[in-house]
Order: sequence, then C-alpha cells, then structure tokens
Amino acid sequence: MGRWTVWRMLWLLAVLGPLGACTADGAADDRPVILATTTSTYDSGLLDELVPVFEQGSGYRLDVIAVGSGQAIELGRRGEADVVLAHSPEAEQELVDTGVTGDRVLVMYNDFVVLGPIDDPAQVAAAGSITEAMQRLATGAAEFISRGDDSGTHALELALWEQAGLAPSGGWYREAGQGMGATLQIAADAEAYTLTDRGTWLATELQEGLAIVYEDDPALFNLYHVIPITVAAGERVHEAGGHTFAEWIVDDEVQELIGVFGIDLYGETLFVPAAGRDADELRGGS
Amino acid sequence: MEVVLEAIEGAWQLLLGRDEVTYEVLWRSLRISLTATAIALALGLPVGVGLAIGRFPGRRTLYTLANTGMGLPPIVVGLVVTVLLWRSGPLGDLGLLYTPTAMVTAQAAIATPVVTALSAAALQQVDEEFRLQMRGIGASRLRSLWEVGREARLPLLAVAMAGFGAAISEVGAALMVGGNLQGETRVLTTAAVLEASRGRFAAALAFGFVLLVVALAVNLALTLLQQRGGTQGR
Repeated sequence: MGRWTVWRMLWLLAVLGPLGACTADGAADDRPVILATTTSTYDSGLLDELVPVFEQGSGYRLDVIAVGSGQAIELGRRGEADVVLAHSPEAEQELVDTGVTGDRVLVMYNDFVVLGPIDDPAQVAAAGSITEAMQRLATGAAEFISRGDDSGTHALELALWEQAGLAPSGGWYREAGQGMGATLQIAADAEAYTLTDRGTWLATELQEGLAIVYEDDPALFNLYHVIPITVAAGERVHEAGGHTFAEWIVDDEVQELIGVFGIDLYGETLFVPAAGRDADELRGGS
Repeated sequence: MEVVLEAIEGAWQLLLGRDEVTYEVLWRSLRISLTATAIALALGLPVGVGLAIGRFPGRRTLYTLANTGMGLPPIVVGLVVTVLLWRSGPLGDLGLLYTPTAMVTAQAAIATPVVTALSAAALQQVDEEFRLQMRGIGASRLRSLWEVGREARLPLLAVAMAGFGAAISEVGAALMVGGNLQGETRVLTTAAVLEASRGRFAAALAFGFVLLVVALAVNLALTLLQQRGGTQGR
C-alpha cells in the first residue's frame, strides 16, 4: 500500500467518521442512556449489579451519574439526563409538575436508622415513637450530626424534626455538609447521634462506637421513585432509552433482584421492592 | 490508625495487580493526565517563552492572568466544561460529556496556566547576560532560545511535573465532567471519593497511596531522563 493511499484513508476516516456517527444518531439512537441518581443509591452497590442486566437485556448502554439529589433532579429538568432515580419525594413532585417527565413510579424503599453512642445518653432507644425519639434527641444530651447538604437523607431528617414540631438549633446540632460516609465518621468521632440509611451503615467499616438506637418505623422508610424524562425537557433527551429503563426497573424479575440484593454482601437485604404499591399507604400504614 | 495500615495493604495489593478493576483505574488515570499534561505543555510552553523573553503589549496582563490561573479551582473548570458540553450547550452535538476526552480537556485547562506561569518564571531565571552573550557570539534567535532552554532544563522539568501533578491530583473537574463511570471515566481520585462516600475509608486511602506512588514513579522517570540528558550534554 503506497504512502498516499494510507493518507487518503486516514483523511476519509477523519471526515466520514463523525458523519457516520451523526446518521447513526438519528436512526436507532444507540447513544448511552443517562441515569441521574443520588450518591446514596449508588453507594449501596445496587446499581453495579442492576446495570449490566439492563444493558444486556435492552441493548442500550447505561451511564449512571451519581450526584446529589438536587443535582440529579436538576439534570432531569434540563434534559441532561434521560431518567432519574431519586428519594426526595417533594423535589421529585416539583420536577413532575414542570411537565417534562413521564409518570413517576414507586420502585422500592429502604429504611433509615438513628445511630448514637453505645451508652445512648439521650435514651433514644426507650422512645415509643419517632416523634418521641426526635424530642429526646433535641434535649441535647449529646450532639446530633446532620448531613446538612440538601441530600435526600437531609430532607428526610428535616421532615422528621418538623413532624415532631421541633426546629433544631443550638450547640448540640451540627451540620457536616458532607456525604453519608464522612458524616458517620464525624458522628463516631464526636460520640454523637446521626441519621443514616441502613445500607451505608452496613457497608461502613466504622461501626465501633456507634449503635442503632431507633429503627423499624414506617416514618423512616425511604421511598425511591423512577422518573423518565421526555423531549419536552430538551431535544436531545434519549426518551426511548429512559422510558425503557423506567419500565424495566419495575418489572417482576428486576424487582426480585432488588429484593435479594445485599444478602451476599451484608448478610441482609437493603431494599424492599415496592412496584405497584401505594406510597402514602406505605408511609402511613403502621 | 488501623485504617491506615489497611490502606497500605490495599495499595500494595492494588499495585501488584491483584485487583483488575482498580488496576485499570490506575492506567486510565495515567493516560488521561499524561495526555492533559502534554497538551498543557504544547499550549503553555510557547506562551511561557513569549512571556519570559518577548516584549509586546499586554504582556503583563497575560502574565497576571497566567499567575491567577494557577489558582483556578478545578470545580470551576469542571463546571464551565460541563455546561459547554451539555446536550443543550454549544458543544452538545459532540456528545463528549462523561468521556475521557472531556476529562483530558478539563485537566489540560487546569494545567495550562500552571505550565505557562512557571515556565515563564523558569526562563526568566536564566541570566540575562547569558542571553545577550548568545546573541553576541552570533547565535540565531532560535539557537539562543534553545540554549536558554537547555540552561533552564531543570526548572522546566519541574514545570512539567507541576503540570502533571495538578492534572492527576484534581478531583472536582474529573468528577463533574467524567461522571465517575465505572470502566469508563473512573480515575484514582474519583474512585477515592466514591470509596470515602461509601464509608470505606481504608479503600479510599489505598487509592490515595497509589496516586502518590504513580506521581513518584512519573517524577522519577522524568528526573532520570533529565540526568541522562545532562551528562550527555557535558
């Protein structure tokens, strides 16, 4: 092959390569589907297990962008993500109300636990209800470390204070402004109370010094919804891919996968599949 | 302290290549950051040379800009690159967001001011008399530039190292434009952030140690290269 032939081929590749990509774009839409989700969802490891199954079954490539709740929902609103999996019901509803999404569907839930020093100076373990537990925390017998980062976990914590008729402030209430892992570390260091999802608690290696002081309350259920985004959010939204994922994750077989996830890693399951169930009933039903 | 010991052991295992996934993260980090450093050198060195020995209007402004740019927060670079690459952004057609290319772009943007400002400073260190001498003995402009560069080769090497250090150690931009996708855009720093947020601090630290070892290896290689060049020159 002469030198010029090589050059000509390279030149053709350079010119036609991008063109080819453009035409493929319009036809079968083999662009990656972007799933925006919260770091806590991703941190549990569930998606590492689900994504390959989805990719094999659907033929789509799925890129999981794990960010804060606020950012995940904003990426959906701007059409920079094709489907959103989040656990901030109020912010999700606001997104749906903008009219750029498909149906918001309940996927699963996990639960939160209140952690505290082993000697439990505020006697939270003796509380009969979540309201009472929050009141005992607010006595300030020990510090409480809040995520303080507008995450789904932070939103739930604030809702719990509000439901208990409390406005946390004072020297005992500290905001970490960081992720769950870092917040747990601070709580362990300061021998303080904190609120965490069970998954992060099980996954963390820093269990010394802290123990679960309150758990198994429907008020602490953390509901995950999936929201497919439509082209109304932006013309480049991969609507078909996003909708495929939203339908896939509530499929019976996938729900089963979600239900057994965690047993081999942590010895217990982390999520309860909830497709088809009613969110309000779940929360209020105890 | 237990965490640190565990981390050292983890880093050791990672370096021996026992964990394929993490090993691949290491190579990706190197590839992305070395490419970014090469681009930063290609863009920053000529400007640095101009700043050091050129005399043109706006030179001081440019110098100040380069110096300020050294302190450019990676997260700001990450945000700007992200918004540009968004589907709805001006470069959205390219579909580059959450790719290694986007990360190279962001890291090059972070390292270029570092290379520019430091190379200008390094070349200015070379005695002005030496430069005049070169011209005096009738060396061409290009030739005297070459000699000045040779004279300043040690600090210039430090410039390359500083650029590489800025690129491989930053995390804000890598996380933002790369998305920390497993098997695609996960690098040492973003992997460390992920492990930390998962509460696995020993694993996070292990990635940190590997990062240090990588930086050490690259710098060592560059230093050896420089010394070989040095003895040949004498």
